[in-house]
Amino acid sequence: MSEQTQERESLFSAKNRKLISNAIGKDNPITVQVLGICSALAVTAKLEPAIVMSISVLFVLGIGNVVISLLRNTIPQRIRIIVQLVVIAALVILVDQVLKAFAYEVSKQLSVFVGLIITNCIIMGRFEAFSMANKPWPSFLDGVGNSIGYGLILVIIAFFRELFGSGTILGWNVFETIGLYDIGYVNNGLMILPPMALIATGIIIWVQRSRNPELIKD
Amino acid sequence: MQELLNIFVKSIFIDNMVFAYFLGMCSYIAVSKTVKTSVGLGLAVIFVLGITVPIGYLMNEFLLKPGALVWLDSEFIDVDLSFLSFIMFIAVIASMVQLVEMIVEKFSPALYASLGIFLPLIAVNCAILGGSLFMQEREYQSLAQATSFALGSGLGWFLAIVGIAAIREKIKYSNVPGPLKGIGITFIITGLMGIAFMSFLGIKL
Repeated sequence: MSEQTQERESLFSAKNRKLISNAIGKDNPITVQVLGICSALAVTAKLEPAIVMSISVLFVLGIGNVVISLLRNTIPQRIRIIVQLVVIAALVILVDQVLKAFAYEVSKQLSVFVGLIITNCIIMGRFEAFSMANKPWPSFLDGVGNSIGYGLILVIIAFFRELFGSGTILGWNVFETIGLYDIGYVNNGLMILPPMALIATGIIIWVQRSRNPELIKD
Repeated sequence: MQELLNIFVKSIFIDNMVFAYFLGMCSYIAVSKTVKTSVGLGLAVIFVLGITVPIGYLMNEFLLKPGALVWLDSEFIDVDLSFLSFIMFIAVIASMVQLVEMIVEKFSPALYASLGIFLPLIAVNCAILGGSLFMQEREYQSLAQATSFALGSGLGWFLAIVGIAAIREKIKYSNVPGPLKGIGITFIITGLMGIAFMSFLGIKL
């Protein structure tokens, strides 16, 4: 009986939609679950690598979640971490080879951080917390939702860092076009330096938690 | 010798794993609540990096690099297995962590008791895989250079996590704005520490 009702549950039922909207908002992987910060901050000096990175994570997490979810009943508990790592590593090699073939410049900018998607805690975290215990379709949605939440933060940080640090957006020179340099504006070099990524994340967390007081812990 | 010292100091201060590359941030934020646990995790990271990076170097040199298989037979000169490096490195790390855990448990129960819970966590610490990948990217010339890079980055990570843990222990008593409490203020302090560490830029030995 319960099996039948589950089958009739539509693909985008309220419960399934929640998997995506929660991961973007109040269960965001970066600002709330504090996962996957390692690679998130390092690629946000410019908008383009940040977008490429988000798409790569979307691919690895979406497919990986489905694969793990299909395998979930055959993976022995004791060696599950190694099985998960092998699945992730195989997907990441695919991403890396595709980037090297079609976007070599961006792949050079991302350097080791493509490889580091393997140890990106978001992916291991979602495998452990969700797809080891759920069916393929919800796992896929969960993967997509979490990587969108991850990508959203990346894009916000990268947007501000590129805009104020280099005065450009995706390489297009904004500040020169609207003539800010003529009235004496100077690019803020501090924004391109690594520490500003951390401070920007801190500020995003601050803003999000002021709007959602229930997220405040400690 | 001077070259080794140079790499060592450079990887502690200038190319610091946390402040310059944000590697191992997840455990850095999660485990830095008290100084005692962070010392344990920091030591475990130095230990595992010091083992996995030299092994990764040997694998890169004799298996993965373009033309690395020449020592088997000269007809392998064109073989390039470098696309396999991610999966090889992560396999080495996962198995080494398991092995190290068993050895430490057998021969030094006291050390195991203090590191115990952190060792399995380290398999998925980005700083470890990052160490192997940077070693490959920067093309160190000898095993000794790779080892001194590994120990230096481990020590840099250790310094960073112990530093933030000490600050977090004290900041508990300060009046931080509500929404910033916990991880928010930790991010901002880490950013400020990163700016401080940038003063080491340009040091040449």
